[in-house]
Amino acid sequence: MDSTILAFLIQDGVTSGAIYALLGLSLVLVFAVTRVIFIPQGEFVAYGALTLAVLDVGRIPGTLPLLMGLGIAAFVFDLASFRQSFRPQHLITSALVNLVLPAIVYGLVVTVLPMQPGPIVRALLAILIIAPMGLYIYRVAFRPLANASVLVLLITSVGVHLAMMGLGLFAFGAEGLRAQPLMRGSFSLGFLPIPAQSLWIYGATIAAMVGLYIFFERTILGKALRATAVNRLGARLVGVRTNLTGGTAFVLASTIGAISGVLIAPITTIYYDTGFLIGLKGFVAAIIGGLSSFPVTAVAAIGVGLVEAFASFFASNFKEIIVFSLLIPVLIWRSLTTDPHEDE
Amino acid sequence: MKGLNITLPGLVAIVLLAVIPLLPVPPFIITLMDNVGLASLVAIGLVLLTGVGGLTSFGQAAFCGFGAYTTALLTTSYGLSPWLTLPVSLAVGALIALPLGLITMRLSGHYLPLGTIAWGIAIYYLFGQLDFLGRYDGITGIPPLQIAGYRFLDTTSMYYVIWAFVLIFAFGARNLLDSRVGRGIRALRGGSAAAEAFGVNTARAKLTVFIFAAIAASLSGWLYAHLQRTVNPTPFGLNMGIEYLLMAVLGGAGHIWGAIFGAGIVLALKELLQRYLPWLVGHSGNFEAVFFGILLVMMLQFARDGLWSFVLRLLPASAPKPKAQPGTESLPKRDMPAPGTPLVTLEKARKQFGGLVAVNDVSFEIGAGEIIGLIGPNGAGKSTTFDLITGVTSLSTGQIRISGRPAGVHRPGDVARQGIARTFQHAKIFPDMTALENAALGAHLRGSAGVLRSFLHLERGEEAKLLAEADRQLERVGLSEVRDRPAGDLPLGQLRILEIARALALDPNLVLLDEPAAGLRHGEKQQLAELLRKLRSEGVAILLVEHDMSFVMELVDRLVVLDFGTVIARGDPHQVRNDPAVIAAYLGGVA
Amino acid sequence: MTAPLLQLKDIRVSYGRAEVVHGISLEVASGSIVSVIGANGAGKTTLLNATMGVIPSSGTILYRGTPVPHSVEGRVQAGMCLVPERRELFTTMSVEDNLALGGFLRTADERRETLEDVYKRFPRLKERRTQIAGTLSGGERQMLALGRALMSRPKLLLLDEPSLGLAPKIVAEILGIVSELRSTGVSILLVEQNARAALEISDEAYLVELGEVRRSGKAAQMAADPELVESYLGGGH
Repeated sequence: MDSTILAFLIQDGVTSGAIYALLGLSLVLVFAVTRVIFIPQGEFVAYGALTLAVLDVGRIPGTLPLLMGLGIAAFVFDLASFRQSFRPQHLITSALVNLVLPAIVYGLVVTVLPMQPGPIVRALLAILIIAPMGLYIYRVAFRPLANASVLVLLITSVGVHLAMMGLGLFAFGAEGLRAQPLMRGSFSLGFLPIPAQSLWIYGATIAAMVGLYIFFERTILGKALRATAVNRLGARLVGVRTNLTGGTAFVLASTIGAISGVLIAPITTIYYDTGFLIGLKGFVAAIIGGLSSFPVTAVAAIGVGLVEAFASFFASNFKEIIVFSLLIPVLIWRSLTTDPHEDE
Repeated sequence: MKGLNITLPGLVAIVLLAVIPLLPVPPFIITLMDNVGLASLVAIGLVLLTGVGGLTSFGQAAFCGFGAYTTALLTTSYGLSPWLTLPVSLAVGALIALPLGLITMRLSGHYLPLGTIAWGIAIYYLFGQLDFLGRYDGITGIPPLQIAGYRFLDTTSMYYVIWAFVLIFAFGARNLLDSRVGRGIRALRGGSAAAEAFGVNTARAKLTVFIFAAIAASLSGWLYAHLQRTVNPTPFGLNMGIEYLLMAVLGGAGHIWGAIFGAGIVLALKELLQRYLPWLVGHSGNFEAVFFGILLVMMLQFARDGLWSFVLRLLPASAPKPKAQPGTESLPKRDMPAPGTPLVTLEKARKQFGGLVAVNDVSFEIGAGEIIGLIGPNGAGKSTTFDLITGVTSLSTGQIRISGRPAGVHRPGDVARQGIARTFQHAKIFPDMTALENAALGAHLRGSAGVLRSFLHLERGEEAKLLAEADRQLERVGLSEVRDRPAGDLPLGQLRILEIARALALDPNLVLLDEPAAGLRHGEKQQLAELLRKLRSEGVAILLVEHDMSFVMELVDRLVVLDFGTVIARGDPHQVRNDPAVIAAYLGGVA
Repeated sequence: MTAPLLQLKDIRVSYGRAEVVHGISLEVASGSIVSVIGANGAGKTTLLNATMGVIPSSGTILYRGTPVPHSVEGRVQAGMCLVPERRELFTTMSVEDNLALGGFLRTADERRETLEDVYKRFPRLKERRTQIAGTLSGGERQMLALGRALMSRPKLLLLDEPSLGLAPKIVAEILGIVSELRSTGVSILLVEQNARAALEISDEAYLVELGEVRRSGKAAQMAADPELVESYLGGGH
């Protein structure tokens, strides 16, 4: 193997690794705050990518009516919960968040789209369509189960994955789509050409990490999320609502998912079910990070990307098998270092 | 078959099952029923794993694949008879489950399902990439099953084979749950501490159900291969694995019959949805996933016990376990050591959590036939001392001797084997099991029946003795009246007493009681004191942690007083109660 | 006559199918310290948790004469705050972050202001502001728990076993602070196993046994009650 191929594989691995890192971080975040192992994270990636690809050709993506539908479902769940305790301002807030917000997004998209906006505006629209979905999905699927065990939440998560993947098929059909790059051309780093799109990916990953760091270290809401992860009861006792932290975590996850989708849409063809596999690779990284450590998860994600890049060069047929088998040594290592009695 | 204990509705169901193919039903119904049978086997395994054991797997379809590919390969490439490949297929499933189980079982609940998702995908791709398994085309030309020249070629003849296996497995699984091994498995859900304290090897119990579920799935795969007579990777992917779990959840993850029910509903729905959804939606595709996904979430939100629990309400309640025959032999009892023989000796036992010294070089001895009170303010280190003796936590420094021998790094089960039983400060009783079954768990180490004997119910003699022992202890503590009630229905006071009955079923020479009188009324305390005195007269030693001073004072032979992890006084009750250090510790130093 | 700050009427709590608190009623007058004493397992902690809304209960809870908000955070917003037995600190976060989160429902300005007050009251916490809460000593943790509670500017503090696991000297210090808090207008419902110490700083007291109120009255009278002395206050032998 010559050094060009090596450099190319490394560049390729780091690029996908950066995406996995974004996903791994949101998985750790969602798990720490809500104890939900969020299998459908990858679906947000597919939704984001496919939405952008459809916007590129000037059509209304199926995710837009889906957003409205999810908002209505969340509103109905809110209405049902008002039977327990009702206050008028809760009804107003619920209507604003669940009905008015998607309507505004809808209005924005149908207004802006005919003006043939540039790629960055289209990408922002795609993110805007997908991001609120995290909140509605949390409201409908997970909030009613806030006190359930991790296992029940995980099975729920798989149910949500099934539904979202099916809805993706419904919204986009079975054919794969590819979006236009945010920026064309490439830069060269010595002998290695780096596509401009990859720079966007690195930039977004670094920005997301810095953003999350500032959010968790400097804002009271970010601290409340950390506090919820450390001590759920303690957080409730200082007045932190689990609904607030849970909803925030899910919106962060769907936003990061949508950003990842928008970033990879131009470099690979995305199908309605591609997101699942991408999300699971983020999971491999998150599990290496023990579902708790952000830095370990980020580093592991780059590792997963590199393993995948090299595997697809040397044994392309066995790429997925190799990547997912990575989990076995990780689980062995964890099982040898975990005291089963402190693990319950 | 007396052991099967079939109720009338069960009998009706079996007869109905037998005559369905003889009725003028459309052929697709028989095909559907074949598939329901195949799925039921997998779902029964999942019920044991998820509903009973509190573990779960999304990768059961992969085990079906191992069963199916094993027989496909051996019958086509090596010309083996299908019946010969049956044990091989099951063994392959079990052998693959073993290392996977060993790896993940020690980890907390969610790593196993996550691991199963990962290898569910990996194995699907593996099937599709291996040349000798025919890659994505798979293996064709698998021979049908044959008995005495009769070839099981059509769906109707396979129907009987499939459902015969389903019934064998369903009854076997039910037998297994209703046994010594089964109590250990059912105890997995309630947290492992109580089960381990009575010698249940919880890691092994988890592995047992995992392998059992893998074997059930492999059997399903083996049958599938000979029904279809061709295999390819598609039905062994993750999506099928998820569908199997949906069946178990839908049916009711705690019920064997619910698995069959759930499999029936899911497959019938799938048939309907695949027929009518594309017509509704306008184009074809895997749209039933949306429906199944939402169904799964709704089930967990609104009917977590599954639909079978609704069916159960319509059926007659199952009969309580019969009382032991008067002639039932009792279990052998251990020889009680001579009064005063040291049973447990703590020598400078020390436990540090980070910078906090919870137990600070504590030394004392418990001799056979004496009652020792361990007292001290909250947070003084009493519970930690308890945990050190019972092997729940390990010593930082110092030593504990049990029956004179250094305990070393001991596990709760080892302590139980030495005849040391315990109760818990927060009663750890299994709410879904009856009082009788809870007490019988205490006698776990006094039986020896394994999985196979339990599956076939060949251990009824031993089981009767264990239950008789449980009955005897319930009677002794005065809980005979509630023996058949789920323990979750009992008030707190009775739960504490039930814990004592469970401890006694171990036939202990030392009982460690953690606040047994908390939550008891005055009269109940008197009865408890009476019982403890009686135990002492029989030679049983007791270590008592208790806050009710008058209860402690009138009962104990000696007292050990802890404060901030250190022994501040010891001796007979009278002496201790007038000790200035004790008074200061108890009454606080505000003055 | 003004209504008491807190009124509990016929509070019942069940775990599963077993009822552990059987209809307890009590009152906390504005500006007073009321203690609940009794043996372990009597239901005292359960009662406090129910009052805060951490666990569901039946019966009526009136706060300033009207039914309390449904949710825990609603009660915090209204000025109730529970310092639980296990403190429930954010052990991996700094002392200052713990305190800041105590004022989660207040504005940033109010937080800054209250933080100064809390540091004045607990100079030890100011010294350790950047230290991780999990590394504090037992007494410091209790101070942090109290400090975090004060950050929410409570009118009613529910204290669960503040002396638990603390050395006698620290207990005196903590209870001293509790007693001082009353003079700043905070009312306190105190659950304490260390009955004698509790009665010394209380105005009223309730003795709870097996989930029921057995006796109640002025703290001073309770402290002198011979039967109580016998079973809960020790001494006298």
